[in-house]
Formats: sequence, structure tokens, C-alpha cells
Amino acid sequence: MGVFDIYLLETLINGVLLGGVLALLSLGLNLVFGVIDVVWICYAELIMLGMYGMYFLYTVYHAPIVVAAVACIVLVGILGLALHTLVIAPLLGAAPINQLLATGGVLFFLQSAATVLFGIEFKNLGLRLPVLKVAGMFVSYSRLLAFGAALIAMVLVYLLLTRTYTGAAIRAIAQDRQIMPLMGVDTRRIYLITSGLGGALAGLAACLLVLQYDVHPFVGLTFGPITFLICVLGSLGNFGGGFVAAFVFAEIISVGGLYLDLEWGYVFAFAFFIVMMFVRPEGLMARRS
Amino acid sequence: MTRYLPWIVGAALIALPFVYRSPYPMHILIIILIWSFAYTSWSVMGRFGLVSLGHGGFMGVGAYVTALAWNHGHVSPWLGIPLAVVASAVLAAVVAYPCFRFRITGHYFALVTLALSGIVLQVITATRDHTGGSLGYTPERYQGGSSLWALQFSDKTTWYLIALGVWAAGLFVWNRVDRSMLRYALEAISEDEDAAAATGVHVTAEKLKITVLSATMTALAGALYCQYQMFISPDTVSGISVSLQMVFAVVVGGIYVSLGPTIGAVITILLAEILRIWFGTRAVGWDNLVYGVLLVLFIIFLPKGIVGSLLDLRRRLRWTSS
Repeated sequence: MGVFDIYLLETLINGVLLGGVLALLSLGLNLVFGVIDVVWICYAELIMLGMYGMYFLYTVYHAPIVVAAVACIVLVGILGLALHTLVIAPLLGAAPINQLLATGGVLFFLQSAATVLFGIEFKNLGLRLPVLKVAGMFVSYSRLLAFGAALIAMVLVYLLLTRTYTGAAIRAIAQDRQIMPLMGVDTRRIYLITSGLGGALAGLAACLLVLQYDVHPFVGLTFGPITFLICVLGSLGNFGGGFVAAFVFAEIISVGGLYLDLEWGYVFAFAFFIVMMFVRPEGLMARRS
Repeated sequence: MTRYLPWIVGAALIALPFVYRSPYPMHILIIILIWSFAYTSWSVMGRFGLVSLGHGGFMGVGAYVTALAWNHGHVSPWLGIPLAVVASAVLAAVVAYPCFRFRITGHYFALVTLALSGIVLQVITATRDHTGGSLGYTPERYQGGSSLWALQFSDKTTWYLIALGVWAAGLFVWNRVDRSMLRYALEAISEDEDAAAATGVHVTAEKLKITVLSATMTALAGALYCQYQMFISPDTVSGISVSLQMVFAVVVGGIYVSLGPTIGAVITILLAEILRIWFGTRAVGWDNLVYGVLLVLFIIFLPKGIVGSLLDLRRRLRWTSS
């Protein structure tokens, strides 16, 4: 994903910043996963479309970058709503695994739609943010930006969930799906809000990722799996847990990539996930009855 | 008549290459048979709600271990394939045992196995000095081109018969499982694990059995694919897309009937080939576009797949007419 220098400290700092990126990636998925108990396996593909949105708005149509970013967030939010209405809602009563597989179909669809519409060439914004040089270490400015945005987005989502009426309803639904409709909570509305919010967070992640990475139809496969694992490891719907998991994964990938190849960093991260599932399954069990 | 039908169809399939041997349709048939076998292997466990996204990993292990043993150790595939199959079975047991022991089920199980196929893909890519990485890997040709010892044949008829035999064996295994006590145990488990355990079903052991069986068959499919195609790359035999491709074909064909995965393979491969022939390179992406839409529609409207729904329809028609 990135270039890692020979210094461990620099690697660690970059790992923390990569953690910010991963945390931002997992934020929206975590929300949907935790509240609706549905795995959007095509989540990374929503981000891919958001990245294309940024590319077209900013590079092709020369919209101001802030306008492009806002439009992109709204656009992917609408995609999230559409995904919920068209695919998830008809399957809410079915086994959870069917919802996962149906979004797997959406994954195929979005990937090939992007291939057909945009081609398989790598595209980038043609905008390179400067690299900060602190005490002889190189720190990517765009990664710093993603890190900051992830923190702010998490705080905002946290405030929304704890300080507003809708947020309370969302948390209540996440705790008990059967009882809350009887208490007068409109489940459908809450699910729609959550899906839209999840999509918008994917859009935000897309805006920041496109600053660092080229976009192509299969870009989702490079960071999709790791995003799911972060959500599961940090126990679902638990944002603090997701954040910690994102940083642990990022450090494993960075340090593994420093001493061996970047692929080995991923191998260690995946293996770590499997081992953790066995060592601490409680984090996963918490939401199941 | 219906009793003899499988034998008649089987004889016709065996006789086919001696009557008709045009290379391109033959190639498509062989590919369909090998993938049908792989999909059948997946559905052996998938039909019990054990949805694994790690089968791309098992297939990759099957293909790469066989090829690496041949190229680096000059080990005949006759030994290499069993080696690959055992490696895959061990891998399956190592990952699946804790999963079942700690009751990781449903979409959590799918995500753990997803991590497994991610690991296999990344290991193949990372060890590019030996495996060729994402550029793919080719087993060395034996001098003459065809050799029983090297399990390499230049004529398609031999491969067709091998693939047909393995595919039939896959169906046989599927049907044996279907008639065994294992099936009832696993169905009970998929309904309710606690209740099954209370009635004396050893939940972990039964699930482990079917998982290892399924992984073994999938590895064999990977090895066969490698020996036939003589070219493997991480994207065609391992990783998440291959896992999803298996799930997709099985869901379209029918997950609860023995011929479902085969029909799924026929539909998906023919669709891809037809699009490729009609539209050429312009069709890049269109086949997956259609698959994606079909997968969503099938899961929403026809969760039993084509074959399953047709059988249901026939049963209902008979019931109303009698």
C-alpha cells in the first residue's frame, strides 16, 4: 500500500496513521454491522465508487475539492440507502448468511459496472499532497489528514449516538431487535438512517483514500477484507474496539512490511485475526444470544 | 425408465469424445466438469449452512502444492496430489476445529474463512520467488508432452474422461453424504446446535468431518485444474473472488440438490463464454455484471436455485394432478 522506510520509529508512526485510515474505513461498516447485523461485503466497493466520484468531479469536471468531497459523501450515502432498500430489506427475515451472499452479488455487480463504465486503467486525482519531514522522518500529509478525519468522524458519530433521540433509538435497536418495534421505534426508519449514515461514512473514507491511492475497479479487494476483520475483531458496533483493532492491524502490517514484504504484513494480520478469534471469542459472542 | 436414466446419460457422456472431438467444445466441457466438481465440493458443506469463503484457499493449496512439488522436487503428481490434498485437509482442520469448538457460526464463520483465503492468496503472492507471485505459475512440461507419470496429456479425450470420472465421484460422495447419518446430524446442527448436542450429536466432530471432506475434494479440484490448464495464478485458483464464485454458482444452480452445482457451473461458464464470443474484449466485465445481478435476484426470489425450484414445481404439479 505505501512505501515504508528503514527506520522502525517512522514505521511505527506511519502505522499509527495507517491505523487512522483503517479506522475510518471500518467506521461505517461497523455502524451497519452493529445496528442492522448485516455484513455489507460490498462495502469496499461503495468506497471504490466514491473514489471514482471524486476523480470525475475533481479531475475531469474541475469542481472545487470541497464541493466534490461533499457531493461524493452524499452520493455514497444515497448508494447506501439504495443498497439497503433494494437488497437488504427484502432479506431481513432470511438467514444472515443470505444477506452476506446477496451483498457478495452486489460486489460482483459494482466491480464489473466500474470495469464496463470506467475501464481498468488506474486513475488518480493528479493532486499530490506534500510529505512532512519531522526530525528526519517522512510522514505522509494525506495520511495525517485521514487520521484526523477518522478521529473527528468517530467523535461526531459518538455524539450522534449518545446525544440525540435518533441516536438513542439506533442504540436501542442494536440491543434488541424484537422488543424495540413494540416500544414504538420505527425499525424501518432507523435502518434507513443507519444505512445512509454508513454509506456517507464510506463516502468520507473514499474522499480521503483517493488522496493516497490510485482508483481502479478492483481497488476494493485490497482493503475490503481487512476492514471486515477489523470490525469483527473490535467486536461489532463497538467503535472504541474497532479503533483499537484498526491500530493493532496497522502496526502488524507496517512492522511486518518493514522486516519482510508487505504481503507478509497482511499474512501476519490475517493470521493474528484467526488466532484472536480463538483466544478471545467473547468480543464476538457479545452480540449473539 | 427413471431408474436407468443416470446410467444412460453416463454411457452417453463416456461415449461422447469417441464420436465428437472438436477441441474447443471439448475444452469447455472439461472446464465445466472440473469446476462442477469444485462447486459440488463446496456444496457438500455449504448445504448445511456452513458457508465457507475459504474454499478459494483450499483450491489454491491443491493447485500450488501439486505444481511446486513437481517443479521443485520432481515429485510425480501421483504423489503430489495426495500431498496437496492432505495439506489442505490439515489446513481445514486447523482453522475449522477452533471455529467449531468455540461456536463461531453463520457469518462469523464466513469471515474467519474469508481471512483464511486471504492468507493463502497473500502467501502465494509474497513467496513470488518460488510461486511466480501474481504473474502465475506453470508446471514444467514433461519431455514428450504426454505422460501418465507426470499426469500430463496433450489430447483432450483423456482429460475429458478423467474430469468426467472425478465429477461422477464427486456426485457419488454428495449422494453418500445425503443418505448418511452425518446428514441428519448436520441438519439438526444447522437447525439448533444446543438441541442437537442435547440429543447426543457430537457437534464439533460432525462439522469437522464434513469440512475436512469438503476441503479435500476442493484441493483435488484445484490440483486437477492445474494439471489440465498447465497454468495457475493466485487470482484463478485462490482468494476471495474464487470463493465467492463457488458460492454464486452453487446458489444459482441449487444448493440442496446433487446436480445443482453442476447446473450452476454450466450456466456460469457458458454465459462467460457466450459473452466472450459475441462481444470479444468489449465484454470484459459484462459476465460478472450479469452474475452479480443474478446472484442478488436468486437469493431474494429463488433461494433454492434453478434445479431446486424446478423440482419443487414438478412435485407441486404432480400433487395437484393426482
